[in-house]
Amino acid sequence: MSEIHVDTDAPAIEVRDLHKSFGRNEVLEGVDVQVESGQVVCVIGPSGSGKSTLLRCVNRLEEPTSGRIFVEGVEVTDPDVDLDELRSRIGMVFQQFNLFPHLTVLDNLCIAQTKVRKRSKDEAAEVARANLERVGLADREGAYPAHLSGGQQQRIAIARALSMTPDLMLFDEPTSALDPELVGDVLDVMRDLAAEGMTMMVVTHEMGFAREVGDSLVFMDGGVIVEQGDPAEVLGNPQEERTQAFLSKVL
Amino acid sequence: MSAPPVPTPTPTRERGARASARSPRRRAEISRYVQYAVLALAALAVGLTADWATLREQFFNGEILPELFPRIFTTALRNTVTYTACAFLFGLALGLVLALMRLSSVGPYRWIATTFIEFFRGVPALIVFIGFYYGLPIAFPGRVLPGGTLGVVTVALGLVGAAYMAETIRAGIQAVPKGQTEAARSLGMSHTRAMVSIVIPQAFRIILPPLTNELILLTKDSSLVYVIGLSLADSELTDFGRRNLSQYVNLTPLFAVALSYLIITVPLSVVVRRMEARADRAR
Repeated sequence: MSEIHVDTDAPAIEVRDLHKSFGRNEVLEGVDVQVESGQVVCVIGPSGSGKSTLLRCVNRLEEPTSGRIFVEGVEVTDPDVDLDELRSRIGMVFQQFNLFPHLTVLDNLCIAQTKVRKRSKDEAAEVARANLERVGLADREGAYPAHLSGGQQQRIAIARALSMTPDLMLFDEPTSALDPELVGDVLDVMRDLAAEGMTMMVVTHEMGFAREVGDSLVFMDGGVIVEQGDPAEVLGNPQEERTQAFLSKVL
Repeated sequence: MSAPPVPTPTPTRERGARASARSPRRRAEISRYVQYAVLALAALAVGLTADWATLREQFFNGEILPELFPRIFTTALRNTVTYTACAFLFGLALGLVLALMRLSSVGPYRWIATTFIEFFRGVPALIVFIGFYYGLPIAFPGRVLPGGTLGVVTVALGLVGAAYMAETIRAGIQAVPKGQTEAARSLGMSHTRAMVSIVIPQAFRIILPPLTNELILLTKDSSLVYVIGLSLADSELTDFGRRNLSQYVNLTPLFAVALSYLIITVPLSVVVRRMEARADRAR
């Protein structure tokens, strides 16, 4: 664990000329992104634009075809990097929640803490309960995921990621699988998290959230970044034709 | 009911009238009566043609039956259960290893596992038993499997069971959604840790019904051990039945043995059905 030297002055996430192909299908055609520590960067774009792939390359759930990625100055794309250690510091929240259905809520939050972070059971439970409190579900620690609503499951998933005390968080369309009335609770949790200074990279379709919470907005289309900048600016006064076309459909 | 795809010729008045007289419900009723009638006739035929006195004498002989107790339970049934349980546990452990080998990224592991599975699934269990009992001493002179008969059954039957269970376990592992592995890996778990803590426990929940079915099959296949020649103390249900069959020249022991197998297998199938019903409800 001590082998990784974290450079706190370096950007939280730095992506340089990232390419990714699935077979002959080139999904990312040279992407450069930088997320400063404490920043919230939202990534929007039509489906198939490569935004989720970009996010999944940051913790190498997808293997980049070429290009380099750094997280806090540590090169993720280095073949010799301790990927497990690195991933344990990068929280990730999925569209489909991906809670472990055979474990209770509390065990969902504790298992990686004890097996990866090597925390004691008591310490892990303490961290877990604090995070359940944070997402407003302290009373559900004994429940199994199947007995929770989608919104609750996603908040538990956020709490699970937070329980690893990550330095930054990746959100892959966290509200896209939710019924409309459940979206608000999840966004509230994310808003609180941003206010506490968490570094976040969020792939989303929630334009309101992007405008209100995001420090920066990235619009992707066809595997490239078309436009990026201040969210109010990009959403209110898009410069590129493709951005205008996309926003006219979703706003 | 939807309209028939091919236009049917308009029925004559007479046929049309008859068809409307027999509604679908009425037709189903008649069909049911016919089925009961066939059943009753068959039962009557058996009842009249069978020689009940001889049947009773041959299959349920009141003089021979008490002679079988208590050994049919204390020795035969107990040995069947022991052989099956040991073979199942050995097969389960080996099957898990084989399943993981089949899913390995190392080519030779996959090839070895596939060859093993194809061989032991394709060869009759009886041949495996004979091979182990007579072939092993020739292949490895001076060496014997530890545990005597139990050792031979555990390994021979276990190998056959492992080949079947490996495919079941592999299917179970593959049925666990990919997102589970991704979530585990994104939390920093190694591939092995994710398998052990997240994927395999879920896989086993999925395959519990087919694994229990495999246990039922192994219970019956444990009867094949008779080919290696058993001592009285090692005798299991089928061997016990055969011995007493020739001793009494009467089928009662075999009938009793058959019922004893059901004592093991029927509760197991009830358990499987319950598990499947529960899985259906959870879906």
